[in-house]
This record gives sequence, structure tokens and C-alpha cells, in this order.
Amino acid sequence: MIRVENLSKSFAMHNQGGAVIPVMSGAELAVASGECVGLVGQSGSGKSTLMRMIYGNYLAAGGHIHVDGLDVTQAAPRQIIRLRRETLGYVSQFLRVVPRVPTLEVVAEPLLQLGHPAERARERAAGLLARLNIPERLWSLSPTTFSGGEQQRVNIARGFAHAYPALLLDEPTASLDAVNREVVLALIEEAKARGAAIVGIFHDEGARARVCDRLVDVTAFTPKAAA
Amino acid sequence: MTLIQRLTATDQPLLKVTGLTKNYGRRIGCADVSFDLHPGEVLGIVGESGSGKSTLLSCLAGHLAADQGQVIYDGQDVLAMAETERRRLSRTEWAYVHQNPRDGLRMGVSAGGNVGERLMAVGARHYGGIREKATDWLGRVEIPADRIDDRPSAFSGGMQQRLQIARNLVTGPRLVFMDEPTGGLDVSVQARLLDLLRGLVRDLGLSVIIVTHDLAVVRLLADRLMVMRQGRVVEQGLTDQVLDDPQHAYTQLLVSSVLQV
Repeated sequence: MIRVENLSKSFAMHNQGGAVIPVMSGAELAVASGECVGLVGQSGSGKSTLMRMIYGNYLAAGGHIHVDGLDVTQAAPRQIIRLRRETLGYVSQFLRVVPRVPTLEVVAEPLLQLGHPAERARERAAGLLARLNIPERLWSLSPTTFSGGEQQRVNIARGFAHAYPALLLDEPTASLDAVNREVVLALIEEAKARGAAIVGIFHDEGARARVCDRLVDVTAFTPKAAA
Repeated sequence: MTLIQRLTATDQPLLKVTGLTKNYGRRIGCADVSFDLHPGEVLGIVGESGSGKSTLLSCLAGHLAADQGQVIYDGQDVLAMAETERRRLSRTEWAYVHQNPRDGLRMGVSAGGNVGERLMAVGARHYGGIREKATDWLGRVEIPADRIDDRPSAFSGGMQQRLQIARNLVTGPRLVFMDEPTGGLDVSVQARLLDLLRGLVRDLGLSVIIVTHDLAVVRLLADRLMVMRQGRVVEQGLTDQVLDDPQHAYTQLLVSSVLQV
């Protein structure tokens, strides 16, 4: 489902003396449907960078990234938009929303984008919010004023609203209490069971051990010259 | 073929712009601008004052005559067509939302009249039907029904802007040009407008070209982003990619200059 081949990345800082910083080379990764692969490596080793490249958020310097057969490094922007809508979900660490939009709408949005009837989309959103223990009195409010943990759970609900065939999860259990952590892990297990290919970053070792089928150490992709 | 390739294979661009150039004497307005816009896509154009973004928008909408280049809308060559034909397009298929609502509204006519007038311009004649549709659109942009007979001069800036949007969208355009639609509004009013615009774009499948200097606005509204400097496009791509991994020196400067809140 997800295949990364000989991927490299560098950042050129034009306004800081034109420094070119190579951050990744020769990255390889393959994730099959129903499989969860955990990215490991110390802070700054490129876990999030790799994830952002798969999502098309960072440009690749070289190599290929295939998601469901589409090469993200070569695809037109509208193909990536379509891929993100239909196939590839991403739960980032930060919730970014239009202020004032009610939480229920924020979570239902991915389904509305796909043309699902509004009522069904809201039902699904409500189910997820309830499961993630967001009190119903908050659903009509914008999540911008919520606590960090609540925002994280809204973000997760949004990321799981549509049954994406491929999912990227950046620290989905960080800043959650034990009860909600359990809910998130169950959601991940259910996504795997329905055949989703998942790439995850988990600092929580227990979570990693429970949902990841394999681990990939991204420090192996750190360019030698920079090491 | 993959799902996504299949879904996008038959897409035809709604608007195809090639080599568009406009000079003011020896000064460059915009130079050699090319892009495609597909149905349902929102394209943001950012750049500092004088970067040519408003010139470009005016050329595309036909408010300014371009010196060179081609603009193909739905298979028709816009720059080559007769003025009457272009006027028909801009009345029926296009809409233009000005930064200052006063430029897009008739201030001496009631809110309902501002919306209804557009319907009459495209041939609506039945008074009851026009009023009903006007009321419906005022509701969509969250203007209370009891304000339908008030003049826009009695409205707040945010309400005027929402009225301008209703006036523009009531005739069901497919392509909307927006010039700094949230400029000059309070932040809270901006948020409301952004929410409204996003919903309308999604529900009506509009294609939008939005010019702004506000990176936060394009991040929330635009699928794709074009960065202009000194009349030229220096970088374009997916909005979040251009903002999070800018390639051009100018874009890097622009992104790193935004104040964090």
C-alpha cells in the first residue's frame, strides 16, 4: 500500500547563507494493507520528516513514494489532494481548523468532503467523539478553546472519521490519559483489522509494542556526511 | 491504473492560463503567468503589495486588458472573444468579490435588492421568486431576514462583505475571483467569513482564485498556492507544501516573517 524507495531530502536555507542541509538519503519503507509499521529513532532523526514526505507536505529531493500506486513525488497537486481525501489520512500532533467551526463539523468534514450525506457524517462524528470521551456539551463549540488533550482527541476523531486505506499517525497517544489511550489503541487495531496500512510514530513504548507489527529505525537513513 | 489516477484522468481544467503578461508602460504588472484551475479547486495567490497579484486577477476577470498570453475558460478563448460575450460570461459563469464591499455593492439599494438585481440581470422576472431566492441567500450568508429591506450602508463591514458574497453567488457562478475578501475585517469577523466561504466552496463545488497577503487565510482556504514577486510567479504547489517546505528564497522569507500568535 505504501512503498518508499531510495528517498532523499535536503533543506536549502536561502536566507541563511544558502546552506543546504541533507537530512535523509536512501530511505526505504514498505507497508502492506493491515500492517502497522512504527518509525523509531531519536528526536530530530527524521521520523516526522519521512511522514510529511509521504503525505506530500515536504518535497522529496530524490527517490519515490508510492501510495496505492500513485507516486507522490511526481503527482500533480490535485492528485495529492484527491489522494488525501480518498486514501491517505494523517493525524498530526496539532489540530488546525477554521476558528468558530463546531467540533462536530470539524470531525465530520472529511466525510462531507467525500460527499457523504450530512446526517450520516454527523452521526459518525458523534460516535467517535463519544467514544473518545469528549463531552457532548462541547460538540457545538469550536475546538480552538479546548485543552491540549481534548484537541488531540478531536484530531484523532477527525483522522478516523473516514476509513482511509492508509493512515499516518504522529504520536496519536501523546498527552492522553490511560482511558483515552486505550480507546485510540483500539481504533488503531480496528483500522488494521479492516485492512488499513499504517505508519506511526509512538514514543509510548507500550503502545508501540501493542499495535506495531514491525519497527523501522530512521537513523539508518541519516546521510553519512552529516552524521 | 490506480484509484486516484482514474479519478483525475478525465479532469479538464475549467481555466487554463498561459503566458499572461501585462505591463504598465515599462513597469511590469505581471509577467508570463501560467496555471490550470480545475473544477472545485481553490487557488491562492500571495505576495507583497506591488507583486502583481491584483493585476493578474484583474486581467483574468477581464477588468484589465492583458498584453500577451492566453486565458481559456471552459474551452473558450476569453481574451479573443467579443466584449459582449465576455460580459455575458462575467454575469453568468463568473463572480468577482472585491476587497471593499462598497465596490461590489450598490449602496443605495436594499440588501434584498442587491441580491435580486443580479437575478434580474440574468433574466429572472417573477418578483415572488426573486424575493424568495434573495431571502434564502441572505440566510445562507447569515444576514437576518428582517434586514432584507435595509440598505448596506446600515450594515457592519462584515455584514456588507457577506452581502457582497450573496450578491455574487446567487446566480450560481462556477468561477469566483476574490481580491482580499477578508482584508479590513476584524479577526472574529474574518473567521466567520472563512467558515462561510469554505462551506460554500465545498457544497457548491466552486472554483476560486483568491488573492490575499494573509498566509493564514490561504492555509485554511486554498488547495493550491502561487507565490508572486515583482510580477512573476516564483513558486507554486500544494498550499501546505509551499508554506511548510518553501523552495524559493522569497517564499522562505515570506513564511519566516509571519508573526506567531
